[in-house]
Amino acid sequence: MKTRKLPAPAGDPSDRRNFLKHGIVSAGAVAVGAATAKAHAADPIGKDFPAFSVTPGAPFRGYGQPSRHEEKVLRALTPGYGAIAPGTGSSRTPLQTLNGALTPSGLHFERHHNGVPDIDPAQHKLLIHGLVKKPLVFTEAALLRYPMVSRTAFVECAGNSGANTLPAAPQANCGAIHGLLSGSEWTGVSLSLLLDEAGVEPGAKWFLAEGADSAAMSRSMLLDKAYDDAIVALYQNGERIRPEQGYPMRLLVPGYQGNLNVKWLRRLELTEGPTHTKDETSKYSMLMRDGKARQFMFELGVKSVITRPSGGLGMPGAGLYEISGLAWSGAGRIVKAEVSIDGGTSWREAVLQAPVLSKALTRFRLPWQWNGSPAMLQSRATDEKGNVQPARAEWTAQYSAANRYHNNMIQTWAVKADGSISNVYL
Amino acid sequence: MFTCKCCAVSAAALVLLGACANQSTVQQSSVPGPALGRAATAEEIKAWSISIAPGGAGLPAGSGSVQQGVAVYAAKCAACHGEKGNGKPADALVGGLGTLATAEPVRTVGSYWPYATTLFDYVRRAMPTSAPMSLTNDEVYAVTAYVLNINGIVAGDAIMNAQSLPQVKMPNRDGFVDYSRK
Repeated sequence: MKTRKLPAPAGDPSDRRNFLKHGIVSAGAVAVGAATAKAHAADPIGKDFPAFSVTPGAPFRGYGQPSRHEEKVLRALTPGYGAIAPGTGSSRTPLQTLNGALTPSGLHFERHHNGVPDIDPAQHKLLIHGLVKKPLVFTEAALLRYPMVSRTAFVECAGNSGANTLPAAPQANCGAIHGLLSGSEWTGVSLSLLLDEAGVEPGAKWFLAEGADSAAMSRSMLLDKAYDDAIVALYQNGERIRPEQGYPMRLLVPGYQGNLNVKWLRRLELTEGPTHTKDETSKYSMLMRDGKARQFMFELGVKSVITRPSGGLGMPGAGLYEISGLAWSGAGRIVKAEVSIDGGTSWREAVLQAPVLSKALTRFRLPWQWNGSPAMLQSRATDEKGNVQPARAEWTAQYSAANRYHNNMIQTWAVKADGSISNVYL
Repeated sequence: MFTCKCCAVSAAALVLLGACANQSTVQQSSVPGPALGRAATAEEIKAWSISIAPGGAGLPAGSGSVQQGVAVYAAKCAACHGEKGNGKPADALVGGLGTLATAEPVRTVGSYWPYATTLFDYVRRAMPTSAPMSLTNDEVYAVTAYVLNINGIVAGDAIMNAQSLPQVKMPNRDGFVDYSRK
């Protein structure tokens, strides 16, 4: 039997150097060659080629779909109100089954406040008004003629990971807990371009964005964001935005609470101050221990999570595993992702998969030689502004026990000797 | 090599732009867009401007009393928000006063919402979820009055309209800290 070299992490050539620099996290050297050889013998290559290799394949189709063998890779559905409002609630990206830094459009998480509208783009209009010199109406056809920009950005619901703020650790997989998070390439028109055409009045300091869904979801934010990196997005991952993501157009405000990326965008009103809508007062505000609430906390904090190995995914025996996860920050680029296998006592820097983009999901990887002993897996991200992902105790010290928003505390996955993995609070 | 090639292309493009100034040109990102938006009419803006500011800007004509709100609430709201706003299956609308700084905060319209105008705005645009925008302005004023009344914020003979609603002082008006510039 050949001895195989430990595989280097995949990716660009610099990964090889990083791998050598960072090394393998190991909880003790263990020989695993014998077990691997036994597994191979039980599943030999047969004498005949399988049927799929000796019969003609399927013909062409207009829009491709995943393999039928991947049919269990689905969003986790969490409707909030049952039959009284079946379109209200969320579905979550199955982070534990995906890899890379982009989310397939069909698995992008959803959060709707009264279902997905079936919008005829020919009837859709975007109105820009309020404190502008010339209120304007844009049709979809008009916007499609504008110069466009692309932004690779994460969208994360402010309520993501909220289950981990409950008194007892929920036993659910990574996507069910942290999957109100997805990453895409978004393409559209710079909001500043449209506002310049309307002519911003000097008194305008905020703007309200409103959706054309039957909740008419609306949010206020500072006008500065429009002149920073906001776009009216028309495309997601190269194709037109899907209905669940705001077809025919949505606001994209990279790094901000997901809720501010208003879908099915129909109206932008420039104002002197915030409108104090339901979703920026009673919801998406952060109740603190002293009973006060932080309002208009737009930017999402630096955060990371190990997606594999993670809760519910078994580890079939000792050996080499890749610890892999996602890191992101509303403040900019990720500069460091560290991994601990001992519950935060010691840390090892993981390799960041290039390209590392501002306000985008960043994949990190670290090989781990698991010796079969219990372990506590954690990851901790640092962004370019020096923000470091907080430990659980640090995060909970600030907020009311009832606050479920902006949870960016460190996640702990407990690995047992039998390879089972659970969610624990540490 | 790559850098040189890139520079050469840019230089060529600049020359092209200069040479063809009176013909169609490649636009740079700093120049304005194609100006394809059309002017919005006052009627269009009025029809779509459903947001209500805390000072009352945007509130429509009409009015509604607490007593009228009793009937609206029973017909349109109680099935989801429970009798007298006690909740289930949807959110409770009453209670929780004085609980925000405790270990078990209860956030409702009465205990948490900073502005009464938000209640009118949200009910009109989104409630009931089975038929949003179906209530008349009078009905929205009336049910707003009712929800404020069951929270003990306005009296039983209160009438809500564009003048009275912005005057309502919500118990948690000062409970929010603006983090927009922090």
